[in-house]
Amino acid sequence: MHVATSSEFKRNAHQALDDPGLQKALARSGTAFIARRAAAAAALPEFEQLRDEARAIKDHTLAHLDFYLEAFAAKVEAAGGTVHWCADAEAARATVLQICQSVGARTVTKGKSMISEELAINDHLEKHGITPVETDLGEYILQIRHEAPSHIIAPAFHLNREDWEASFRAVHTDLPAERVFHERRDILTEARSRLRAKFLAADVGITGANFLVAETGSSVIVTNEGNGDLTQTLPKVHIALASIEKVVPTLEDCVSLLRVLARSATGQEFSVYTTFSTGARRPGDLDGPQEYHVVLVDNGRSGMLGSEFQPMLRCIRCAACMNHCPVYGAVGGHAYGWVYPGPMGSVLTPALIGVDQAGLLPGASTFCGKCESVCPVRIPLPGLMRHWREREFERHLTPVGQRRNLALWAFLARRPALYRTLTRLAARSLKILAGRRGRLSRVPMAGGWTAGRDLPAPEGETFFARYARAQRQGRSA
Amino acid sequence: MSKETVLASIRRGLRRGPLPADQAMALRARLAAHPRHPIPARSRLDHAGQVALFVANVEREFGTVARVEDVAAVPGAVADYLAAQNLPGQFVIAPHPELREIDWSSRPLLRLREGRAEGTDAVAIQHGFAGIAETGTLMLPSAPERPTTLNLLAEAAIVVLKADRIVGAYEEAWDLLRAEIGGMPRNVMLVTGPSRSADIEQALELGAHGPRRLHIVLVGD
Repeated sequence: MHVATSSEFKRNAHQALDDPGLQKALARSGTAFIARRAAAAAALPEFEQLRDEARAIKDHTLAHLDFYLEAFAAKVEAAGGTVHWCADAEAARATVLQICQSVGARTVTKGKSMISEELAINDHLEKHGITPVETDLGEYILQIRHEAPSHIIAPAFHLNREDWEASFRAVHTDLPAERVFHERRDILTEARSRLRAKFLAADVGITGANFLVAETGSSVIVTNEGNGDLTQTLPKVHIALASIEKVVPTLEDCVSLLRVLARSATGQEFSVYTTFSTGARRPGDLDGPQEYHVVLVDNGRSGMLGSEFQPMLRCIRCAACMNHCPVYGAVGGHAYGWVYPGPMGSVLTPALIGVDQAGLLPGASTFCGKCESVCPVRIPLPGLMRHWREREFERHLTPVGQRRNLALWAFLARRPALYRTLTRLAARSLKILAGRRGRLSRVPMAGGWTAGRDLPAPEGETFFARYARAQRQGRSA
Repeated sequence: MSKETVLASIRRGLRRGPLPADQAMALRARLAAHPRHPIPARSRLDHAGQVALFVANVEREFGTVARVEDVAAVPGAVADYLAAQNLPGQFVIAPHPELREIDWSSRPLLRLREGRAEGTDAVAIQHGFAGIAETGTLMLPSAPERPTTLNLLAEAAIVVLKADRIVGAYEEAWDLLRAEIGGMPRNVMLVTGPSRSADIEQALELGAHGPRRLHIVLVGD
C-alpha cells in the first residue's frame, strides 16, 4: 500500500457509508470485540492496575530507548543473529531485499506484520522477482484480492463469507469448481492445505514483532493461527521486522504487557501462540532457521520522541481503540486511507506521513473518549488528536471555509452583546421556520447534517436568556 | 552508520546525549534483576489448586487433558486418545530423556519415530517443560531434545507434562527456565490451546495452520 488516500477521507467515508457489503460486515462484527474485551477485563480484578503497569513500563523504556535498543542488539549478536538499523522505509526495504537475495530466495512466507504494510515490503520483493506469500488467513485473502488490511488485528474485517468463497474459487482453479463451502471451516481447511506447501517450500520467513526483549535479544510474536511460527521456524532464514518502539527491558516487563494485550485485543486471556525467538539454530538443533535477522526500523518514530506525541509510541497495537470507535464502526478501516486506521491511526498517520496529507484524520472523531478509556497503555488519544488539529490550523492546512467559519465564530464569541443578539435572532427565526412541527428538515449551510435527520428547532429562547430567567426566579423564590 | 543515525535521532528527541554512566549502570542492574510487576491473585494457590486451575484453563481454551498416575501409564493414555479421535497409531516423538524412559512395548500397535516433525506427520508428542496455571499455557523451549516443529506441524499435538512442572504465573516459568537452562533457548513457545482463527467474519474456527487438537497427558499430581 504505497499511496496514501488519507487526504480523501471525506470521499472515502462517503463511499464506505454507501457500500452495502462493508456496512453488513461492520454491523455484524461491530459489537463482538467490545463484549469480549469487557468480559476479559471483568474476569481479571487487577486489570486496571495492570494497565497502569503497562503504561509505566512503556514510558520507562521510551525514556531510555537508545540504551535498551543497544542492549537488545548486543544480545541478538551474542546469540548469533544480526541486527540491521534502518532510519527509513527505503533502507528497510533494501535491507530485506538484500537478505533475501543473499540466499537466492524465490519465495518468502510472511506472518502478519503492520510494519511490513507500512514499508510496502511485498511490492518491493515482487519488483525484484521474489514472491511473497502472506500466511495469516486474513492477510492471505487480501493478497489474493489485492486489498489492504482494514483493521490491525483482523485484516479482513471488511469482508463477508461470500467474498471469501468467491475469491477462493477465482484463484484456486485447480480444485473442483462444483465444491461446496458448507461452513466457514471449509474455507479455513482449503486455505490450510493450500498454504502448507508454501510453508515447506519457502526460502525466507518474514514476521513482525509484538515485542523485542532487551534482556535476552528475543523477538516476540503473538498469533492464534500458528502461521507466524511456521513462517519463522521452517525456512533457512528468519527476518523479524520491528519498529524501534517495540523494545521492552525484560521478560517480566514483556509478560506484564502480554497480560493486557490479548484481553484488550480479542478478549482472549492469552493468545494461542506467544513465541520468543532468539538467534539462529543452535548446535544439535533439529529445526529452526540457520540465519536470524532483526530489521529495526525508525521511519519517523524518533521524531515523535520528546514531542507531545511521544505517548503514542506506547501503543501495543491491540486495536481496542478502533473496536470501540463510532467513526471506525461507521466507515471501516479503508476510509482512513493508509496503513493504520481508527483512533491510533488518526494520531500515528499524521506523524508518519505528514499532517498535510493526513490532517483530516484527527478531525474524524467525535471526541467521545471511548478509545482512551479502553487503551491498555492509556494513550490520551483524543488529546493527541486535538494537538494535531491545532497544528493543522497553525500551519494553515485547514480548509478555507472552515477557517473562515472559525474566525467568524471567534469574532462573535469575543463580543458577548453581539453574540447574544444574534443567537436570540437565530433561535427565534428557527422556531418560526419550524412552525408547528417543531423540527427542521432543511437548514441553510447544514445540508450534510439534515440529509440524514431533522433538526429539532429551538423553542425560541437562547440558553443565556433561559439561564438568566432561572437565576432571577431562583432569587425571588 | 545507520545505527548511529537512529541513535542520534532518538537522543535528539530525548534532548540528551548518551546516558551518563551511573544511569546506564542503574538500567543494567534493572536488566540483571528483572524485577517482577504485580502478579494476578488468581494463580496464588497451593500446588493442587494450581494444577486444577491449569487443567480448567486448558479445557476452556479447547485443549484436552488426560491425567495419569505415572510414566508407565502414558502409552495407554496416548493409545486411548488416538483411538478415540480416530487418529493413526503412528507418531513422531521428541528425543527427550524423560520420554525415552517410557516403555511403549505395552502398546505394540503404536509406531513411533524420534526426531523433528515433517509436513506429513499426523501426530506429534512433545516434552512439556512447564505449565502455567494462570491461563492454561504450556512453556515449550526449543532444544535438540525438544524440536519446535513438534509443536506446529502435526494435526494433533500431544504434550507429556509432569504435574510437578506446573507453576502459577509466567514469571515463575521464566525463573524455572533461567535456573535450569540458563541462557535463552533459540525458541520458546507459550502455547494456550489448539490453533484457531477468527479471520472469517470474526467467528472462531479451530485448526488454522497449527495443530487442530492439543492434548496434554499430565503425569502425577
